[in-house]
Amino acid sequence: MLYALIILMFLSLAAIVAAFILLKHSDKPQIKKLANTLFLCGEAYLLFHVLHLIISIIQYGVSDFSVLLTVGEIYVLVQSFAEYTKRSRLRRKLIIAHAVVIIGSIAFLFPLIWMVSTALKLPGQAMSYPPKLIEFPMRFENFKTCLNYQGFQFNLYARNTLYLCILSVLGTILSSSLVAYGFSRIKWRGRDFCFYLTLATMMIPFPVYMIPLFRLFRLYNWVGTFKPLWIPAFFSSAFHVFLMRQFFMNIPHDLSEAAFMDGAGDFRIYWSVILPLAKPVLLVVGLFQFLNTWNDFLGPLIYLSDQKRYTLSLGLQFFQSQHGGTDWNLLMAASTLVIIPIVILFLCTQKTFLRGMTMSGLRGG
Amino acid sequence: MIFKISHAEFCNIKKGLLFISPWIIGMALFVGYPIVASIYYSFTDFSVLLPPVGIGFQNYSDLLKDDLFWKSLNNTLLYAAISLPLGLGLSLFLALFLNQPIKFRDGFRAVYFLPSLVPLIPLAILWQWIFNSRFGILNGILNPLLQPLQASAPNWLEDPMWTKPALVLTRLWGVGASMIIFLAALQEVPKELYESAEIDGVTHWRKFFNITLPLISPAIYFNLIVGIIASLQFFAVPFVMLGRGPADSSYFFTMYIYDAAFKYLRMGYASAMAWLMFILTLVLTILASRVSSRFVHYETDNL
Repeated sequence: MLYALIILMFLSLAAIVAAFILLKHSDKPQIKKLANTLFLCGEAYLLFHVLHLIISIIQYGVSDFSVLLTVGEIYVLVQSFAEYTKRSRLRRKLIIAHAVVIIGSIAFLFPLIWMVSTALKLPGQAMSYPPKLIEFPMRFENFKTCLNYQGFQFNLYARNTLYLCILSVLGTILSSSLVAYGFSRIKWRGRDFCFYLTLATMMIPFPVYMIPLFRLFRLYNWVGTFKPLWIPAFFSSAFHVFLMRQFFMNIPHDLSEAAFMDGAGDFRIYWSVILPLAKPVLLVVGLFQFLNTWNDFLGPLIYLSDQKRYTLSLGLQFFQSQHGGTDWNLLMAASTLVIIPIVILFLCTQKTFLRGMTMSGLRGG
Repeated sequence: MIFKISHAEFCNIKKGLLFISPWIIGMALFVGYPIVASIYYSFTDFSVLLPPVGIGFQNYSDLLKDDLFWKSLNNTLLYAAISLPLGLGLSLFLALFLNQPIKFRDGFRAVYFLPSLVPLIPLAILWQWIFNSRFGILNGILNPLLQPLQASAPNWLEDPMWTKPALVLTRLWGVGASMIIFLAALQEVPKELYESAEIDGVTHWRKFFNITLPLISPAIYFNLIVGIIASLQFFAVPFVMLGRGPADSSYFFTMYIYDAAFKYLRMGYASAMAWLMFILTLVLTILASRVSSRFVHYETDNL
């Protein structure tokens, strides 16, 4: 292992030297490109090796050899970087930005990688020292075991969560778009006042609503059922109305006027002119609502008591409170299964999603 | 002044109200009623099972004497004071780097954003595992590094000193959302400004402070307000990861409200706390707006 690292170090030094020679003796763009690639690979490995050396110095203490090697390598790294970027007109700032972004992204991904890695181990392997990223054979059966483990019924909870998600997405899209239409396409006295009132309610923290709503739903005998978790979605939500209004305002008025000339009423215009045009924002709102419902914890915690009605979040928390501290591999497997649908959803709708994020942020000030 | 509403305007009001009728019902039932009721409850002794009994300001005066209330308030404010600036700083830092023309930029953007989408319960469990003092990977990495210094890694979840830093770390993992907002703001900054600054020979730092920061200040303001509101309501992650934590060091405001309402069935007391939280949110937000109104720069006044 150690020899491999040192051989690789010499290879990277050779690559850097080769890059310098290539750059000096040829002006062809392809060769220059090859030289740049060689140089960057060499530098990247040197950087990695320096970090490795520093860590091992911290770990095993200082020896003359290791200090000499480290200082020498840092010198080569910095000097060659300065010299080469000057000669080849590579942009230094950009290379440094690449290095920072790559190192940071490893740090950001690591927790998720570690989660999957633990999910594929035996309990003993998960708690062994020193920690290993992959243990063979990988225990894919953990994912099957955690589907139904001591009262944790993944399929049932997933069905409950999906049921809530679908109903509340449907509800919020229908009601919020209707309300947003009233707030943007019809001019009436008091409209803006009502709209700003809506925005102001976004500031009120949930704990203020929590107790009276609990009492209200208890009066209706809804506590213990799914109703408190999806019915409010059918009465529009301030944030979604805000997003949709923003979009509706930018739809040209010629279109609805043309429909009006053809004898369409406001509801027809809303349904067959505005809604089809507003698909992007409907998708964004649907996604946000889906995520909210999928993630919601306090709501189900307050209103659901029967284990048969648990959502994934609540079920997972219950699982953790019962078996946390021992079955880490199964907990990680279950967590992975809860996260995966969200990851897939995000990867499929990345563009729409990020556009929606910026829509909410930039005008929100 | 006499209101004279023409027929056409009356029709418009009628139509408008018809369209926003779901909002009117929702506003009355799920916003208006709870607000009024919770003000009322905050002046009563109320345990769900029995009707509320008015007790005047006693809930509020009890709160002032309640050590746990001060502890949870202190925890919440401390957490907000650490996590807000660090979160804003890190997300701005990442956005600045991702705004460079680097390769696979969309891919990297997705990588940094992804953790902020992870549902809170699996997130809390995952970090509980990472921070685990005996088997956790974080101390698995830190301990060998600290050994020669005669030090050992902190017991993140068992030492009252370290529970809040641990929670701040989990929060920092989710800075992707505010990073996206910064990134969008950075992309709107006109390139000509930088070009003319470069001709004048302005340094990088000057460019950052005199061009970039003023132009993205609305995004900073937005992220700050959202951050204040969210961090005061911090609940699910500490609830699952630590519970009340060692020496109540991770007992946050919303957790106390939840416990008071649903564990001790002191709904009036909990309502009083919820109102204090609202007032606190309001005060902090207004303070933030006041401070930032001096610095925030709006390109056009279209709001």
